[in-house]
Amino acid sequence: MRPAGRGELESLYFDYPEYPFRAPAELGGASPRHPVIIAGAGPVGLTAALALAQLGVASVVVDRKNTVNDGSRAICISRYSFETLQQLGVVARFEAKGLGWTSGRCYFRDQLIYQFSMPHSADERFLPMYNLQQQYIEQYLIDAAADCPGLIDIRWLSEVTAVTQDEAGVELGIATPQGNYPLRGQYLLAADGARSEVRNLLGLRLNGRNLPGNYVIADIRMEHDFPTERRSFFESSANPEATILIHRQPDNIWRVDWQLPAGADPEEAVAENTVRDRVAAILAMIGHRGDWELEWWSIYTANTLCLDDYRHGRVLFIGDSGHIVPIFGVRGLNNGIADAANAAWKLAYTLQHGAAEGLLDSFTPERRGATLDVFRNAGKSSRFMTPPTRGYSLMRKAVLELALSEKFVRPFADPRQVQPWIYDDSPLTSTASQGEVFPAGPPPGAPLQNTRLGERDFLLDYIGPGFTLLYFAGNADLDAAAANLLPTLRKVDPRLRVLVVGEAGSDPIAGDESIADPGRHLADCYGAGPGTLYLVRPDRHIAGRWRHLEESTVTAALHRALGDPHERDA
Amino acid sequence: MKETLEFAELEQVYDLLAEAIDEAGPEQEALFLAKLAMLLAQQIPDVDRIREAVATALRP
Repeated sequence: MRPAGRGELESLYFDYPEYPFRAPAELGGASPRHPVIIAGAGPVGLTAALALAQLGVASVVVDRKNTVNDGSRAICISRYSFETLQQLGVVARFEAKGLGWTSGRCYFRDQLIYQFSMPHSADERFLPMYNLQQQYIEQYLIDAAADCPGLIDIRWLSEVTAVTQDEAGVELGIATPQGNYPLRGQYLLAADGARSEVRNLLGLRLNGRNLPGNYVIADIRMEHDFPTERRSFFESSANPEATILIHRQPDNIWRVDWQLPAGADPEEAVAENTVRDRVAAILAMIGHRGDWELEWWSIYTANTLCLDDYRHGRVLFIGDSGHIVPIFGVRGLNNGIADAANAAWKLAYTLQHGAAEGLLDSFTPERRGATLDVFRNAGKSSRFMTPPTRGYSLMRKAVLELALSEKFVRPFADPRQVQPWIYDDSPLTSTASQGEVFPAGPPPGAPLQNTRLGERDFLLDYIGPGFTLLYFAGNADLDAAAANLLPTLRKVDPRLRVLVVGEAGSDPIAGDESIADPGRHLADCYGAGPGTLYLVRPDRHIAGRWRHLEESTVTAALHRALGDPHERDA
Repeated sequence: MKETLEFAELEQVYDLLAEAIDEAGPEQEALFLAKLAMLLAQQIPDVDRIREAVATALRP
C-alpha cells in the first residue's frame, strides 16, 4: 500500500521500469516446443532462467505484470545466495548496491539484552547478509537476462490461464493484450509465487499451518545514523504488547515491522493514519528526531505451508509457489534462489544428456528437506516472536525478564538466520566410505567453501557450470591414477571441469585449470592430503569426497549424482 | 554430572514448560509451577543456591 494520493508504483526512490509487450511467434501461428517455460519473472524465476542459460538451455519466462515488484518485500540476501549470483556472473551490482551486515541487537523494555553475530571470517568473499530491496534484485536479474539473447525470452503482460501435460511435454494457455495462445514446452518451472496460478490450475494445495499473529511491514525514508544491523525490540515503550524489527536498506530506506496484538483488526491496522502513528511512536523510541516519509507498507501472517511433492511430472515448483515460510530468519527469497539453482542444472542434464528420472526425482527430497528444516528453525523463531499460547507467552516473558541479568537465556532472542541446507541424505550424495577421515572441509552434501586464494581471488571463480573435480596433487603414482580417471568421467559429463591444486608452475595432470596453493591454505581448509578428490555438483554442493582415489568409486559417485545410482559401467 | 544445560537442551525445556503450562491451564498453572519448583529444589540440595535463584526470579 502507498500513502493517499500516490499510485501503486509511485515510489520515493525507485523509478519503476515499464517493459514492453512483444507479440511472440505463437501469436503468428507458430507452435515451437521450448525446452523450459518459467511461470513468474520474480527473483526465483529469473535466477532459474540465468542458471539454465549458463548451461545453454533456452527458456521462456511469462509474467502477468510489465514491471518489477510493487514494494520492497524481501530485503535480506544471504551469503549463500550471493555465491549463487557469483556463480551466475551477476553479483557485482548486488554487491555494489546492497548493504552488508553481520550482527544484530535485541532490546527488552528499551534495554539492550543480546547482541548476535553471524559466522564470518577473513576467508569469506561475502558478508553473511546483504539488504537490498526486491525491486533492485528483480531489475538486476532482468538486465542480466537481457544479456542472454536467444537463451532467455521474457514475455510481459502474459498470464497463465491453463496448464496441461502429457508424455511429450507441457502446454500452457497464455492470455495477452493481443490475444491468447498455447505455449508449448518440455518442462515447466512454476515460480509464480505464494498465490501460484500454476498450482491452482493443477488443483494442488499447500499443507501445513497458519501461525497466529499478524505483522505490519512499512518502509520509510529518513536520514538516520545507525549501522546496518537487525534490531529487535520486545515490550518496547513504543509497542509494549508486541515485537518490533528494524532493518536498514539502501537509499536511506528503513524497514520497520511490528506485530499486531492478539485480536487487533487487520484492516484498521493498515489504515494510513494508524501506520503513521505507529511509525512515529517507534521512531521516538529509537531516538530519531528528524523528518521521515512513508514509502510503502503491507501486512503478513507467518505460515509454514508446503506442497507434499515439489515435482508433478514435468512441472517443478520453485520458491513460494511450493512453500510459504515465516519471514523470521530471511528464508523465503533465499530458499527460493536455492530451489532455482537446484532445479536448473537437473533440468539441463535431463534435457541435454538424457539423465535418469532419479535426477528430477531428487528435487523434492533435497528442496523439501530444506523447507522442513526451515519450518523447524523458523517455527522456533516464530514461537518466540509470536507466542501461540498462554504457556509460550509466559515462558517468553520469563526468559526476557531473566535476560536482563542472566546471560544463559539471552540466546533465546537470537533470530536463527538462514543457513545453507546440506544434502547429506540425498539420493544423489555419496557419503564417506569407512575409514575416510577428513580433518576439515565441506562434507558430502554441503556447499563448497568459497575459500580466499588471493586478495580478489576465490575458489568459486574457478568452478565450472557443469560438474567440477577438485584434485589435490600428490605423487607421480597418484597423479597418473587421477589422469587415468578423467576420460571415464568426461564420458559421463562432457562438461566436467578439472581443477588441480598444487605447487605453482607444476602441471601434474592435464586439468582444465590449476590453482597454486603454496601455503597449503586451500588444502588445509579442505582437509586435503596428496591425492584428495572432491566431486562438486553444478550447484556447488559436494557430491562426494575421497582421500584415497578409487576409480570405480568416483565414477559411481558421478552416476549417482546424476540420478543413476545403479550405473557402474565404464 | 555436568553443571548446566546446553542451549539446545534449554530450548527443549522452554517448549516442554510452555506446553505443560498450557496443559495445567490458567487456574492450576501457579500450583503446577510451585510443585515443579519443589521437585527441582529437592535435586539441588543447597538452600543458599535456591535462595539466590528465588531472589533472581523475584526481580521484575
